[in-house]
Amino acid sequence: MSIIAPGEGAPEFTLKTDQGEPFTREDLAGGTTVLVFYPAAFSSVCTDQFQIYQEVLEDFTGQGATLYGVSCDQSDSQTAFAQSLGVTIGMLSDFEPKGRASRAFGAYFEPTGVSTRALVITGPDQVVTWSWIGEHPGVLPGANLIFDGLSAGAA
Amino acid sequence: MKDLRSAAPPTLREDDHVRGDPGGELVVFYADFTCPRCAVAHDRLTAAGAHVAFRHMALRAKDERALPTACAAEAAAAQGAFWAFADALYADQGHLDDPHLWARARALGLDIDGFDRDRRSPPVAARVQRDTRAALAAGATTTPMLFAGGAVHPGVPDGDYLARLGYDDPVRIPKTS
Repeated sequence: MSIIAPGEGAPEFTLKTDQGEPFTREDLAGGTTVLVFYPAAFSSVCTDQFQIYQEVLEDFTGQGATLYGVSCDQSDSQTAFAQSLGVTIGMLSDFEPKGRASRAFGAYFEPTGVSTRALVITGPDQVVTWSWIGEHPGVLPGANLIFDGLSAGAA
Repeated sequence: MKDLRSAAPPTLREDDHVRGDPGGELVVFYADFTCPRCAVAHDRLTAAGAHVAFRHMALRAKDERALPTACAAEAAAAQGAFWAFADALYADQGHLDDPHLWARARALGLDIDGFDRDRRSPPVAARVQRDTRAALAAGATTTPMLFAGGAVHPGVPDGDYLARLGYDDPVRIPKTS
Protein backbone atom coordinates (compact mmCIF):
# COMPACT_ATOMS: atom_id res chain seq x y z
CA MET A 1 0.00 0.00 0.00
CA SER A 2 1.45 3.39 -0.91
CA ILE A 3 0.41 6.71 0.49
CA ILE A 4 -1.70 8.98 -1.69
CA ALA A 5 0.54 11.22 -3.79
CA PRO A 6 0.57 14.99 -4.29
CA GLY A 7 -1.64 16.00 -7.18
CA GLU A 8 -4.20 13.29 -6.55
CA GLY A 9 -7.67 14.27 -5.46
CA ALA A 10 -8.70 13.17 -2.00
CA PRO A 11 -10.73 9.95 -2.18
CA GLU A 12 -14.30 9.62 -1.03
CA PHE A 13 -14.22 8.70 2.64
CA THR A 14 -16.19 8.95 5.84
CA LEU A 15 -14.67 9.40 9.28
CA LYS A 16 -16.47 10.18 12.51
CA THR A 17 -15.90 13.27 14.65
CA ASP A 18 -15.87 13.22 18.44
CA GLN A 19 -19.46 14.45 18.24
CA GLY A 20 -20.47 11.42 16.21
CA GLU A 21 -20.87 13.46 13.05
CA PRO A 22 -19.54 12.29 9.70
CA PHE A 23 -16.40 13.98 8.37
CA THR A 24 -16.06 13.48 4.63
CA ARG A 25 -14.23 14.67 1.54
CA GLU A 26 -16.59 17.65 1.49
CA ASP A 27 -15.18 18.84 4.78
CA LEU A 28 -11.77 19.30 3.14
CA ALA A 29 -13.11 21.95 0.77
CA GLY A 30 -12.16 25.55 1.26
CA GLY A 31 -9.19 25.14 3.56
CA THR A 32 -5.84 23.53 4.16
CA THR A 33 -6.17 20.29 6.09
CA VAL A 34 -3.47 18.13 7.66
CA LEU A 35 -4.60 14.56 8.31
CA VAL A 36 -2.33 12.98 10.92
CA PHE A 37 -2.77 9.22 10.67
CA TYR A 38 -1.55 7.47 13.84
CA PRO A 39 -1.66 3.87 15.07
CA ALA A 40 -3.09 3.97 18.56
CA ALA A 41 -4.36 6.34 21.23
CA PHE A 42 -2.32 6.27 24.43
CA SER A 43 0.69 4.52 22.86
CA SER A 44 4.03 6.12 23.69
CA VAL A 45 5.05 7.32 20.23
CA CYS A 46 1.59 8.71 19.46
CA THR A 47 1.70 10.53 22.80
CA ASP A 48 5.03 12.14 21.89
CA GLN A 49 3.64 13.03 18.48
CA PHE A 50 0.57 14.91 19.68
CA GLN A 51 2.45 16.64 22.51
CA ILE A 52 4.83 18.04 19.91
CA TYR A 53 2.17 19.11 17.44
CA GLN A 54 0.09 20.71 20.19
CA GLU A 55 3.08 22.84 21.21
CA VAL A 56 3.05 24.60 17.84
CA LEU A 57 -0.64 24.35 17.04
CA GLU A 58 -0.95 28.13 16.83
CA ASP A 59 1.73 28.15 14.16
CA PHE A 60 -0.22 25.63 12.10
CA THR A 61 -3.35 27.72 12.53
CA GLY A 62 -1.39 30.82 11.60
CA GLN A 63 -0.55 29.19 8.30
CA GLY A 64 -4.21 28.49 7.70
CA ALA A 65 -3.90 24.77 8.36
CA THR A 66 -6.27 22.63 10.42
CA LEU A 67 -4.90 19.42 11.92
CA TYR A 68 -6.90 16.26 12.61
CA GLY A 69 -5.69 13.05 14.19
CA VAL A 70 -6.98 9.94 12.41
CA SER A 71 -6.84 6.43 13.86
CA CYS A 72 -8.87 3.24 14.04
CA ASP A 73 -9.62 3.90 17.71
CA GLN A 74 -13.19 4.40 18.77
CA SER A 75 -14.11 8.08 19.29
CA ASP A 76 -14.34 7.85 23.07
CA SER A 77 -10.79 6.49 23.21
CA GLN A 78 -9.54 9.27 20.98
CA THR A 79 -11.28 11.89 23.11
CA ALA A 80 -9.89 10.43 26.33
CA PHE A 81 -6.43 10.35 24.77
CA ALA A 82 -6.58 13.99 23.70
CA GLN A 83 -8.05 15.14 27.02
CA SER A 84 -5.43 13.26 29.03
CA LEU A 85 -2.75 15.28 27.26
CA GLY A 86 -4.60 18.58 27.08
CA VAL A 87 -4.44 18.27 23.30
CA THR A 88 -7.02 20.26 21.37
CA ILE A 89 -6.28 18.86 17.93
CA GLY A 90 -9.50 17.39 16.53
CA MET A 91 -9.78 13.62 16.36
CA LEU A 92 -11.45 11.57 13.62
CA SER A 93 -12.31 7.91 14.08
CA ASP A 94 -11.83 5.25 11.41
CA PHE A 95 -13.28 2.59 13.70
CA GLU A 96 -16.24 1.30 11.72
CA PRO A 97 -15.92 0.10 9.02
CA LYS A 98 -12.48 -0.35 10.45
CA GLY A 99 -9.70 1.39 8.56
CA ARG A 100 -11.68 2.07 5.40
CA ALA A 101 -10.70 5.73 5.17
CA SER A 102 -7.08 4.98 6.12
CA ARG A 103 -6.95 2.41 3.31
CA ALA A 104 -8.42 4.92 0.86
CA PHE A 105 -5.51 7.28 1.60
CA GLY A 106 -2.93 4.46 1.57
CA ALA A 107 -2.33 4.90 5.28
CA TYR A 108 -3.28 1.49 6.69
CA PHE A 109 -0.78 -0.93 8.21
CA GLU A 110 -2.07 -4.42 7.44
CA PRO A 111 0.31 -6.43 9.68
CA THR A 112 -1.17 -5.04 12.87
CA GLY A 113 -4.47 -3.64 11.62
CA VAL A 114 -3.96 0.01 12.47
CA SER A 115 -3.67 3.32 10.69
CA THR A 116 0.00 3.67 9.97
CA ARG A 117 2.01 6.77 10.82
CA ALA A 118 1.37 9.06 7.86
CA LEU A 119 0.61 12.68 7.03
CA VAL A 120 -1.56 14.02 4.21
CA ILE A 121 -2.06 17.70 3.42
CA THR A 122 -4.94 18.73 1.21
CA GLY A 123 -5.64 22.13 -0.28
CA PRO A 124 -8.89 24.06 -0.54
CA ASP A 125 -9.65 22.18 -3.80
CA GLN A 126 -9.49 18.83 -1.96
CA VAL A 127 -6.34 17.87 -3.85
CA VAL A 128 -3.38 16.40 -1.99
CA THR A 129 -0.50 18.87 -1.90
CA TRP A 130 1.96 16.80 0.19
CA SER A 131 2.12 13.43 1.87
CA TRP A 132 4.51 11.45 4.06
CA ILE A 133 4.61 7.89 5.32
CA GLY A 134 7.05 6.30 7.75
CA GLU A 135 9.07 3.19 7.02
CA HIS A 136 7.05 1.63 9.83
CA PRO A 137 4.51 2.97 12.33
CA GLY A 138 7.21 3.60 14.93
CA VAL A 139 8.83 6.36 12.89
CA LEU A 140 7.65 9.71 14.22
CA PRO A 141 7.60 12.71 11.87
CA GLY A 142 8.64 15.91 13.60
CA ALA A 143 6.51 19.03 13.41
CA ASN A 144 9.20 20.45 11.14
CA LEU A 145 8.18 18.01 8.40
CA ILE A 146 4.62 19.32 8.41
CA PHE A 147 5.88 22.88 8.11
CA ASP A 148 8.10 21.72 5.22
CA GLY A 149 5.02 20.13 3.66
CA LEU A 150 2.88 23.23 4.07
CA SER A 151 5.65 25.28 2.52
CA ALA A 152 6.05 22.85 -0.40
CA GLY A 153 2.31 22.84 -1.00
CA ALA A 154 2.19 26.62 -1.07
CA ALA A 155 5.06 26.88 -3.56
CA MET B 1 12.15 31.56 15.99
CA LYS B 2 9.30 32.08 13.57
CA ASP B 3 10.23 29.55 10.93
CA LEU B 4 9.63 25.98 12.04
CA ARG B 5 10.66 24.31 8.80
CA SER B 6 13.50 21.80 9.03
CA ALA B 7 16.68 23.35 10.36
CA ALA B 8 20.27 22.13 10.49
CA PRO B 9 21.42 20.34 13.67
CA PRO B 10 22.07 22.87 16.42
CA THR B 11 25.54 24.17 17.20
CA LEU B 12 26.89 25.93 20.28
CA ARG B 13 25.46 29.35 21.09
CA GLU B 14 27.09 32.01 23.23
CA ASP B 15 24.36 31.90 25.85
CA ASP B 16 24.11 28.11 26.14
CA HIS B 17 24.48 26.50 29.55
CA VAL B 18 27.63 24.45 29.09
CA ARG B 19 29.69 22.17 31.29
CA GLY B 20 31.92 19.12 31.04
CA ASP B 21 35.16 18.48 29.21
CA PRO B 22 35.59 21.37 26.75
CA GLY B 23 37.86 19.15 24.69
CA GLY B 24 35.19 16.49 24.29
CA GLU B 25 32.54 16.13 21.61
CA LEU B 26 29.79 18.65 22.29
CA VAL B 27 26.35 17.18 23.04
CA VAL B 28 23.44 19.59 22.64
CA PHE B 29 21.04 18.09 25.16
CA TYR B 30 17.37 19.02 24.77
CA ALA B 31 15.50 18.01 27.87
CA ASP B 32 12.64 18.64 30.26
CA PHE B 33 12.98 18.66 34.05
CA THR B 34 9.78 16.66 34.56
CA CYS B 35 10.82 13.82 32.24
CA PRO B 36 12.26 10.71 33.98
CA ARG B 37 14.20 9.65 30.88
CA CYS B 38 15.81 13.10 30.82
CA ALA B 39 16.90 12.61 34.43
CA VAL B 40 18.61 9.36 33.50
CA ALA B 41 20.22 10.96 30.47
CA HIS B 42 21.36 13.91 32.59
CA ASP B 43 22.94 11.57 35.14
CA ARG B 44 24.75 9.54 32.50
CA LEU B 45 26.09 12.57 30.65
CA THR B 46 27.17 14.17 33.91
CA ALA B 47 28.88 11.03 35.19
CA ALA B 48 30.69 10.66 31.87
CA GLY B 49 31.93 14.24 32.14
CA ALA B 50 30.52 14.89 28.69
CA HIS B 51 30.75 18.35 27.12
CA VAL B 52 27.09 19.27 27.32
CA ALA B 53 25.03 22.27 26.28
CA PHE B 54 21.65 22.06 27.99
CA ARG B 55 18.59 23.38 26.19
CA HIS B 56 14.95 23.28 27.15
CA MET B 57 12.40 21.16 25.39
CA ALA B 58 9.48 22.05 27.60
CA LEU B 59 6.22 20.88 26.04
CA ARG B 60 3.06 22.19 27.65
CA ALA B 61 1.16 18.99 26.86
CA LYS B 62 3.89 16.87 28.43
CA ASP B 63 3.55 17.98 32.01
CA GLU B 64 2.06 21.06 33.64
CA ARG B 65 5.35 21.63 35.49
CA ALA B 66 7.53 21.40 32.36
CA LEU B 67 7.41 25.12 31.65
CA PRO B 68 7.56 26.36 35.29
CA THR B 69 10.61 24.23 36.07
CA ALA B 70 12.38 25.31 32.89
CA CYS B 71 11.72 28.96 33.74
CA ALA B 72 12.91 28.39 37.32
CA ALA B 73 16.19 26.97 36.03
CA GLU B 74 16.65 30.07 33.87
CA ALA B 75 15.94 32.27 36.90
CA ALA B 76 18.63 30.36 38.79
CA ALA B 77 20.93 30.85 35.80
CA ALA B 78 20.48 34.62 36.16
CA GLN B 79 22.17 34.19 39.56
CA GLY B 80 24.88 31.91 38.21
CA ALA B 81 23.33 28.70 39.47
CA PHE B 82 21.89 26.99 36.40
CA TRP B 83 23.68 23.67 36.77
CA ALA B 84 23.32 23.46 40.54
CA PHE B 85 19.61 24.08 40.16
CA ALA B 86 19.28 21.64 37.26
CA ASP B 87 21.07 18.95 39.27
CA ALA B 88 18.74 19.62 42.19
CA LEU B 89 15.64 19.32 39.99
CA TYR B 90 16.76 16.04 38.46
CA ALA B 91 17.74 14.68 41.85
CA ASP B 92 14.12 14.73 43.02
CA GLN B 93 11.47 14.90 40.31
CA GLY B 94 8.78 14.04 42.80
CA HIS B 95 8.96 17.57 44.21
CA LEU B 96 8.60 20.18 41.49
CA ASP B 97 5.88 22.48 42.84
CA ASP B 98 6.58 26.13 43.66
CA PRO B 99 7.42 25.59 47.37
CA HIS B 100 9.91 22.93 46.31
CA LEU B 101 11.50 25.34 43.83
CA TRP B 102 11.81 28.00 46.56
CA ALA B 103 13.38 25.44 48.88
CA ARG B 104 16.00 24.58 46.27
CA ALA B 105 16.68 28.26 45.59
CA ARG B 106 17.13 28.90 49.32
CA ALA B 107 19.43 25.91 49.71
CA LEU B 108 21.61 27.31 46.92
CA GLY B 109 21.69 30.72 48.60
CA LEU B 110 19.81 32.49 45.81
CA ASP B 111 17.96 35.74 46.27
CA ILE B 112 14.39 34.50 46.43
CA ASP B 113 12.71 37.73 45.38
CA GLY B 114 14.93 37.97 42.32
CA PHE B 115 14.43 34.30 41.58
CA ASP B 116 10.66 34.65 41.74
CA ARG B 117 10.64 37.80 39.64
CA ASP B 118 12.89 36.31 36.99
CA ARG B 119 11.14 32.98 36.64
CA ARG B 120 7.92 34.79 35.74
CA SER B 121 9.56 37.32 33.44
CA PRO B 122 8.91 37.55 29.69
CA PRO B 123 12.62 37.25 28.75
CA VAL B 124 12.89 33.96 30.62
CA ALA B 125 9.71 32.64 29.01
CA ALA B 126 11.06 33.71 25.62
CA ARG B 127 14.36 31.93 26.25
CA VAL B 128 12.62 28.67 27.11
CA GLN B 129 10.30 28.97 24.13
CA ARG B 130 13.23 29.74 21.83
CA ASP B 131 14.96 26.55 22.90
CA THR B 132 11.86 24.42 22.49
CA ARG B 133 11.04 25.76 19.05
CA ALA B 134 14.63 25.32 17.91
CA ALA B 135 14.43 21.70 19.02
CA LEU B 136 11.28 21.13 17.02
CA ALA B 137 12.72 22.80 13.93
CA ALA B 138 15.75 20.51 14.22
CA GLY B 139 13.40 17.54 14.16
CA ALA B 140 13.13 16.68 17.84
CA THR B 141 10.37 14.17 18.42
CA THR B 142 10.72 13.17 22.06
CA THR B 143 12.56 13.99 25.26
CA PRO B 144 15.43 13.77 25.73
CA MET B 145 16.88 14.51 22.30
CA LEU B 146 20.65 14.66 21.85
CA PHE B 147 22.53 16.24 18.98
CA ALA B 148 26.24 15.49 18.60
CA GLY B 149 28.63 15.22 15.70
CA GLY B 150 25.89 16.15 13.24
CA ALA B 151 23.75 13.18 14.30
CA VAL B 152 20.60 13.03 16.37
CA HIS B 153 19.88 10.57 19.16
CA PRO B 154 16.39 10.30 20.65
CA GLY B 155 16.11 8.99 24.18
CA VAL B 156 18.57 8.03 26.90
CA PRO B 157 22.17 7.66 25.71
CA ASP B 158 23.58 4.19 26.24
CA GLY B 159 27.18 3.10 26.66
CA ASP B 160 27.69 2.52 22.94
CA TYR B 161 26.50 6.03 22.15
CA LEU B 162 28.80 7.56 24.76
CA ALA B 163 31.70 5.46 23.50
CA ARG B 164 31.14 6.66 19.93
CA LEU B 165 31.48 10.21 21.23
CA GLY B 166 34.70 9.25 23.01
CA TYR B 167 33.29 9.15 26.53
CA ASP B 168 33.58 6.39 29.10
CA ASP B 169 30.31 4.95 30.33
CA PRO B 170 30.67 5.24 34.11
CA VAL B 171 27.45 3.42 34.92
CA ARG B 172 28.04 0.51 32.58
CA ILE B 173 25.48 -2.18 33.20
CA PRO B 174 27.18 -5.59 33.45
CA LYS B 175 26.17 -8.15 30.90
CA THR B 176 24.00 -10.85 32.34
CA SER B 177 25.13 -13.61 30.01
